[in-house]
Amino acid sequence: MSDMTAEQKVKFYQKGTFTVGNRLVDQARRSVQGSMERSNAITSGHRACQGCGEALGARYALDAAMRATEGQLIAVNATGCLEVFTTPYPETSWQVPWIHSLFGNAAAVASGVAAAMRVKGREQVRVVAQGGDGGTTDIGFGCLSGMFERNDDVLYICYDNEAYMNTGVQRSSATPPTARTATTPAVGPEPGNVFGTGKNLPLIAMAHNIPYVATASVSDLHDLERKVEKAMAIRGARYIHIFVPCPLGWGSASHDTIRIARLASECGLFPLFEAEHGEITGSLPIRRKVPVEEYLRPQKRFAHLFKDGGDGVARIARLQRMADANIARFGLQREAEETPL
Amino acid sequence: MLEQIEGSQAVAKAIAFCRPEVICAYPITPQTHIVEGCAKLIREGAIQNCEFINVESEFAALSVAIGSSAAGARTYTATASQGLLFMAEAVYNAAGLGLPIVMTIGNRAIGAPINIWNDHRDSMALRDAGWIQLHAETNQAAADLHIQAFKLAERLSAPVMVCMDGFVLTHAYERVEIPDQAQVDAFLPPYQPRQVLDPSDPYSIGAMVGPEAFMEVRYLAHDKLLQALGVIPEIQQEFKEIFGRESGGLFHSYRVEDAETVVVTLGSVAGTVKDTVDELREDGARVGVITLCSYRPFPLDGLRYALQGAAKVIVLEKSLALGFGGVLASDVRMALQDTGTHVHTVIAGLGGRPITRKSLLRLFGRVERGEIKDPHFLDLDLDIVRREIDNQRGQITAGPIAENILREIGPRAAKVV
Ligand SMILES: Cc1ncc(C[n+]2csc(CCOP(=O)(O)OP(=O)(O)O)c2C)c(N)n1
Ligand code: SF4
Ligand SMILES: [Mg+2]
Repeated sequence: MSDMTAEQKVKFYQKGTFTVGNRLVDQARRSVQGSMERSNAITSGHRACQGCGEALGARYALDAAMRATEGQLIAVNATGCLEVFTTPYPETSWQVPWIHSLFGNAAAVASGVAAAMRVKGREQVRVVAQGGDGGTTDIGFGCLSGMFERNDDVLYICYDNEAYMNTGVQRSSATPPTARTATTPAVGPEPGNVFGTGKNLPLIAMAHNIPYVATASVSDLHDLERKVEKAMAIRGARYIHIFVPCPLGWGSASHDTIRIARLASECGLFPLFEAEHGEITGSLPIRRKVPVEEYLRPQKRFAHLFKDGGDGVARIARLQRMADANIARFGLQREAEETPL
Repeated sequence: MLEQIEGSQAVAKAIAFCRPEVICAYPITPQTHIVEGCAKLIREGAIQNCEFINVESEFAALSVAIGSSAAGARTYTATASQGLLFMAEAVYNAAGLGLPIVMTIGNRAIGAPINIWNDHRDSMALRDAGWIQLHAETNQAAADLHIQAFKLAERLSAPVMVCMDGFVLTHAYERVEIPDQAQVDAFLPPYQPRQVLDPSDPYSIGAMVGPEAFMEVRYLAHDKLLQALGVIPEIQQEFKEIFGRESGGLFHSYRVEDAETVVVTLGSVAGTVKDTVDELREDGARVGVITLCSYRPFPLDGLRYALQGAAKVIVLEKSLALGFGGVLASDVRMALQDTGTHVHTVIAGLGGRPITRKSLLRLFGRVERGEIKDPHFLDLDLDIVRREIDNQRGQITAGPIAENILREIGPRAAKVV
């Protein structure tokens, strides 16, 4: 590609999707997946379900981290779907040095790896810790907060599929209100998960004043890769929270993973933003705002909201208010000042 | 160099000479002085090239240790009691991953009721986790065992707990021969990990293992601890060659050769038992003591051999399996099965209750006269126990047992402490 194309503004989107095809982007901003040099950190043959958002997100995140560190990477994994579907002994999908210890300690194990690298003078070797939303927002929260607070040189990535998937879809503190899970069944006067609960881990991470916090989604893999690479260019504790639909747990079609992820951001329920040292530094504007119904409807976990006779309408309105609050809070509805990639 | 020094400081100095690379810990009495000592030695530069990580819990302490050890750093941590239980999941994990972490346990009772004094129920609770468990009898032993522990752990690629009695050892000032750096360097080679996280040779550590291989993996972990039964005496010998003193090993026998009655015990109480034995020997009684140094692995064969001349064995232990009886006693019975040797279980010193020479003399007398039931609880105040049992039986809302008893014996309890 010539220099001219490198400066060319992207004008073309793939039909109907509002995403940019890899070939339309200049070389430097192309996905690592488009390159023969990609590391295949998580290689083929694993046992994730068809359309698994977590498998996709992890693959992009780790390959981007590999590119950013020139292959000098160690990965730590919490117990969860990602750990299980990539490893049953004696097979492994991991082509990076990888350790799984427990469900709730990935951040601390990663701190230990980073400490070992520091003491051995091998600081070019970087560490990524990863866990699901349960392993991050619930059981691993103490270790994570400790790692943040000490500002250890670890990038922690949370793959958020909004429930404990590996054990059969139970509620976590990242499960959204009204979502049906095995422990918040869609029965009774308030079907699904209740309103007024849960925690926002990216904001909690920011409250630790760590150098970098970002949210990302498998709906925008260029943005995801860029954030991972940016995170790897920074030293200290970093946190990326990636939205990864789970067809099995959400009752959505395998082929809809990316679409549903996109709808989550475009309705405002999952805002995409970045923060440095506790201050928001940027967000991805919503290009085509959709009502929350459009996001909720293709997922069986929200099916009860659309049944006749209940107060689904009022509850959808309440979810819409949450989405609107996000849009206002993160300033998501503005003219796209640059082409988001 | 011989120093008059607190046990915890002696251990901290011993750790320092072992050139640890990562130390992570969370404070709990009576472990605190050890890790404070380590932190100070790092800040002063006496330990170089070492990271001290202040973590937010014991679970994190051992988890950080798991990460640093798997990444090839010599790693140390310490805890006690509630802290050991808080990290229990990681304790099993470190052993399962075969990581040669060394951890001090300042043995302390477990609540409720909360109690900071010494007994062995903390390390006993984790005895089957796959860690080697060594018990120190004196502060000299505590210091020496830590130096041996790194060598042992790294030779076998298995984690080692060095258990030392809380307060009785950790806070006691005694004369301890502190080694010098050259000796420790000659004894302990640099850590060469069996498995290490390294981008130049990537592999997966901690993968899921299903029924097709899990039995074999577990068997090999068991086998590794059995190998330690051979390695521990080897290291004891190597230690002696460099430091010139006897330290470590599987167990220590004292006046056992011709003994008819032998006490088997663990930890610092051995000193009091030896004094009692000496006193009884003056009156012609044929008594002796065996103090176990290695509780896990448990030296079944060695103990059976050492006790072959004894008609009676008294297991004196600071532990209790609730609803069952002795813990150490069942291990000793296992060693002596089919020998016909009579084994008495004596539970003593729970929650720091002093084990006095007077009580031990009375105990020996009662054992001789066949007066004790099994298990026997040394110096248990039966009056209080019976009254509280009646109290609880009489009324459903009798209230909390511990508080009821304290109300009754308040003035006396203060004296024990
Ligand atoms: C201490 C402990 N508690 C519970 C479990 C059971 N467990 C394993 S994976 C898992 C769910 C993981 O959920 P999440 O972290 O959200 O990851 P996901 O599988 O959804 O990707 C649970 C509950 C465990 N392994 N360890
Ligand atoms: S259950 Fe969900 S997260 Fe787990 S492998 Fe299947 S799609 Fe992926
Ligand atoms: Mg999950």
